[in-house]
Amino acid sequence: MKKLKALSLLLALTLFLAGCGSSNSEVEKDTASSGGTKTIKFMHLWPEGTNAAQNKILNEIIDDFERENPGIKIEQEILANEQYKDKIKVLSASNQLPDVGMAWPGGWLQPYVQGNKIASFDDVIDSDYRSKFVDGTIEVFEVDGKTYGLPTDLNIAIVYYNKQIFEQNGLEVPTTYDEFLNVIQTLTNNGITPIALGNQERWTGSLWYMYLADRIGGNETIVNAVNRKQSFEDPTLIQAAEEIQKLVDLGAFQKGYNGATNSEAESLFTSGQAAMYLTGTWALPSFTQGENFTQEFKDSVDYFKFPTVAGGKGNINSFVGGNGGLFVAENSDVKEEAKRFVKYFTEKFGERALGEAGIIPSYKLNADDYDLPELYLKVLKDLNDASNITLFADNIMTPGPAQVHLDMIQALFGKEATPEEFVKAHEEALAKEAGE
Amino acid sequence: MNKVMSNKWMITLYILPALLLLLILIYIPLVLSAYYGLMEWDGIGNMKFIGVGNFITAIQDMKFWSSVYHSFLLALFSALSLLAYLGISLILASNIKGSDILRKIYLIPMLLSSVAIAQLWIKVYNPTNGLLNSFLMAIGIDNPPAWLAEPSIVLYAIFIPILWQYAGFYILIYYAALKNIPESLVEAARIDGASPWQVAFKIKLPLIKGVFKVTIVLAIVGSLKYFDLIYVMTGGGPNGASEVMASYMYKVAFRSYDFGYGSAIGFLLLVITLIVTFIVRKLTVSDEKELQY
Repeated sequence: MKKLKALSLLLALTLFLAGCGSSNSEVEKDTASSGGTKTIKFMHLWPEGTNAAQNKILNEIIDDFERENPGIKIEQEILANEQYKDKIKVLSASNQLPDVGMAWPGGWLQPYVQGNKIASFDDVIDSDYRSKFVDGTIEVFEVDGKTYGLPTDLNIAIVYYNKQIFEQNGLEVPTTYDEFLNVIQTLTNNGITPIALGNQERWTGSLWYMYLADRIGGNETIVNAVNRKQSFEDPTLIQAAEEIQKLVDLGAFQKGYNGATNSEAESLFTSGQAAMYLTGTWALPSFTQGENFTQEFKDSVDYFKFPTVAGGKGNINSFVGGNGGLFVAENSDVKEEAKRFVKYFTEKFGERALGEAGIIPSYKLNADDYDLPELYLKVLKDLNDASNITLFADNIMTPGPAQVHLDMIQALFGKEATPEEFVKAHEEALAKEAGE
Repeated sequence: MNKVMSNKWMITLYILPALLLLLILIYIPLVLSAYYGLMEWDGIGNMKFIGVGNFITAIQDMKFWSSVYHSFLLALFSALSLLAYLGISLILASNIKGSDILRKIYLIPMLLSSVAIAQLWIKVYNPTNGLLNSFLMAIGIDNPPAWLAEPSIVLYAIFIPILWQYAGFYILIYYAALKNIPESLVEAARIDGASPWQVAFKIKLPLIKGVFKVTIVLAIVGSLKYFDLIYVMTGGGPNGASEVMASYMYKVAFRSYDFGYGSAIGFLLLVITLIVTFIVRKLTVSDEKELQY
């Protein structure tokens, strides 16, 4: 039965993805004989082509680990993001998860923990290990007091802006929301698109809502509403939705934002056709060093923290963000070795990611030790001062309500749903999920 | 040879590989998806039997019905577009100058992968820099719509590349069928004084009627289970405005982690497609002995 289940899932998947072009998974097979060696299968998302720096560090850490642990081989399989998530799901249904794979906290993790598919790390991590990581980045992988993932990279969302456009229009960086609205008004009056938004992908618009909810209701409100400690139909959450529609009315976003992909929005911003762009710090490596962008753009890109709303409870040093991590499969034949590898990998990755790949790790770092572009130093300093990190919406919610949230985001931005309908749909989905 | 073919064991042996593949790849998953449709299952943990609960949810789910409606609209447009393809093939098959090169031009979209077509049309439809809106603004239309963002337009905007994608396929089928008509028949009609119109409507079209019926079924069934361009270009959005049955099923199963409900939708998709195929067959049936499909 298990086999059949897996087979039919796999079929459903292959039938559906067959039309979506050739898969860009690459399997790097170890040619070494398996006599006496243990093999850890490691599935990840950092191919050499698009994530060269990550890929290089990863391979070096794996080489080091194999050298220090004779008899253990790491076998890699590399996939793209959505394909990875789909494949992991199919594999888990047949208990064939890779020994080690990439994990996301919260809603993504929960079904796997409840299905008893992934192992806890409590026996391998100690306070010494914990102290090396930024507060909260390990805790997000906890379910019922046990830790099911160890952190790798850390990202926060920030508002990137084009210094050149701001100067040309005599604008200052806004610190309050009123100033921010003023910036938008000035830009639209001058015929410039204020904000690039690719809301076809929905998580992009969700960032705007999450920040407004945080600034108006404080960082607790939305998290409590999701965790059913309070209703989602909170006045501050309604107000945040109203503000979104005010931005829409002001013409803050480029034409057709609800049908645009994130990469379209990014290219609007990077080609100087839009003044601002809210996205994660994962864009930093390409915005500062990427070969795809002009020097003119790299010189004019900067960022500011999401402004505070007058009368709101939110703090300007609170960020929306999240971190990735690694899991170990519960039924792995090499569970102990795999856990040791994950612990080793996360520490080494933490030490090297920033200096060598420009990725901000969940690892505590001293910014002065690095020779980095100014933008990085600013982000690292802000991260040190961060009062709170609110997880991305699709990380705090379980998959069902997260989809409702993402759909409602599109409806809210498209003015197909009123702010009241927006919160009501959330409330109903969350209540249903909690079995109320 | 006749001896071999009359041996039951040999017949079994010959059809066995194909039969096994069909069973394993099509029929078993099909039965299983009906079975999963009766379960509450996130695709990871344990299954719980809930009877027809998922099917009741589907019947009450407005999003599901709007995706059904969109699929049927697509089927309707695909079927209507066949008439245009038929017209084009009639012209191509009448030995006009350059029909060879034109035929190849029509076939090109079929050679592209769906993702490439999607990327191409995303760029065409780009509201500010896209080919279409640049053209519209150049001829003096001030505020052309954002094709993929407007809930009332997006579905029709996405139909165009879908129809374009399959145009070459149907034109090729019709072209081949028309070329198969014996030249002597056409010749005889001409000698009897038939006009080109009469040749087309009285001689050629009746002779390829069977092929036309096949293509109607192909177009309708293909539309009802259509997925690729919609998945890549809009993901069913904005807010479900371009969702079709297959993309909704994918979203429910793989994004909302509701495999039970996703399987139920998949099963309903199958039932709906079967019913429609049956109706189309009934409507187009005639007394003549004809191509079976």
